[in-house]
Amino acid sequence: MILTEFKPIEEILLKLREEKKIFIIGCGGCPEGANTGGRDVLADMKEQLEKEGKTVTGILEIDFLCQKALIRSRIKPRFDEINNADSVLIFSCGIGVQSTAAVLNKICHPALNTTTFGGITGMWQGTERCDTCGNCILDYTGGICPYSSCPKKLENGPCAGQSNGKCETDPERDCAWELIYSNLKKIGRLDILDQFIPPRDYSKILPPAKLRKSKLWALDEEEMT
Amino acid sequence: MEELEKTTIEESKFEKALKSGKFTITSELGPPKGVDIEEIKDAAELLRDVIDGINVTDLQSSVMRLGSLTCCHFLKEWGFDPIFQVTCRDRNRLALQSDLMSAYAMGIRNILALTGDYTTTGDHPQACPVFDLDSVQLLWAIKTLEEGKDLAGNELTQKPSFFKGAVVNPGADTEASYELQIIKMKKKVSQGAQFFQTQAIFDAEVFKKFMERIHRENINVPVLAGIILLKSEKMANYMNKFVPGVFVPEAIIKKMEATQDKASMCIEIASTLINEIKPYCAGVHIQALGWERHIPAVVKNIK
Repeated sequence: MILTEFKPIEEILLKLREEKKIFIIGCGGCPEGANTGGRDVLADMKEQLEKEGKTVTGILEIDFLCQKALIRSRIKPRFDEINNADSVLIFSCGIGVQSTAAVLNKICHPALNTTTFGGITGMWQGTERCDTCGNCILDYTGGICPYSSCPKKLENGPCAGQSNGKCETDPERDCAWELIYSNLKKIGRLDILDQFIPPRDYSKILPPAKLRKSKLWALDEEEMT
Repeated sequence: MEELEKTTIEESKFEKALKSGKFTITSELGPPKGVDIEEIKDAAELLRDVIDGINVTDLQSSVMRLGSLTCCHFLKEWGFDPIFQVTCRDRNRLALQSDLMSAYAMGIRNILALTGDYTTTGDHPQACPVFDLDSVQLLWAIKTLEEGKDLAGNELTQKPSFFKGAVVNPGADTEASYELQIIKMKKKVSQGAQFFQTQAIFDAEVFKKFMERIHRENINVPVLAGIILLKSEKMANYMNKFVPGVFVPEAIIKKMEATQDKASMCIEIASTLINEIKPYCAGVHIQALGWERHIPAVVKNIK
């Protein structure tokens, strides 16, 4: 399971300050197990956003948000509601936010921070990687994680080492910032790049011991004794 | 509460030159692989009274060497004006802030904030790449120290005050990387960058276009154009192949090929380029890569 925790509501409201209409997507996989997802959590967020004067154009729960094919098929019937929204708020791990952003032409705000992998991961078999750093900023970077995609983990733009869109560390590797730029350009939101992103809080990268527990870990321990 | 005392180191020679509007010239020295500082002194002496400031590289190309800060300190003692290059590759935010304060305590005011090359490009590819801050955040850290606080919000006993610069690459080769250079340059200005030194340029037209663009963007911070002293056609071909953002036009390579006297041609190419771009920038940053002895001749040719 991939473990997540809620971002503070203040942070979420700050992210959504320019936006009026929000569509909420939740992952029915790991977050349900970690109590950071599920019908009640999504309904509760809807209520909180409405209290702030926002319109929630719809709520959708998808079993495994790490599966792009699944997302594609499940969003089809809800396309109007999603299209109608200014942005999408996502309850999933960083992989789910990345794969949703890859499918939708909308800013995808993470509602959760991903803290650690514990036991079995979901059904994720794609190219996305999550750094489980507890500092999710995927909405500022067009759904491309600068921590897992850029070797230098650059948050405010590329270094000068890229050449023809490839990384200085490996000519086969796409420059993460090349992808970030093209994603944000595609959805007409290059303005987001003007924001200064402060350094990541590394104190959140070490999850507390209790978060490392999972059913599988318990089984491991059982087998050992 | 009492206002923190702002300590004052006198404005540096480099800063005065830039602020006076004079065409400002800097160069750079790479510390030796070893503990003998005579080497750097000899190179610096060739530049005495020729240029306004000397950058000292910070483990350039991720190769382990004597430290930038130490060499800056010696340069200062010998009467030069050093520009302390600081990269984010090898130090976390504690060490970066501490080194910045150490620099100030030693009277070093000029800082050039850089991201740094990746570790695997150097001679210690096994090393841990730190990159705790990026270059924009490093400028923010400097600004925060100048406000009398550290990045954790703790108060300092005194406020340092720096002359802060950053780099920009006018030769980015894709739409995304070019636009992102502009976006990042603006962020650097908003986080306190007071001057820019550019990646090496060889094509005056590319540079002019870049300068026109930044004027349209209302970026009004002095820019020193990066000039590399070209030693041979081999070096040009190597850079075209392996150094991102550097492009040596065919005409220049042909000129180099056609001559036996590489040094004279090197001086001619550099001076011609500088005179061509002079109306568009605040100065030049000359990277001599061992050919410091030819810098005085290049500078003499500037009209």
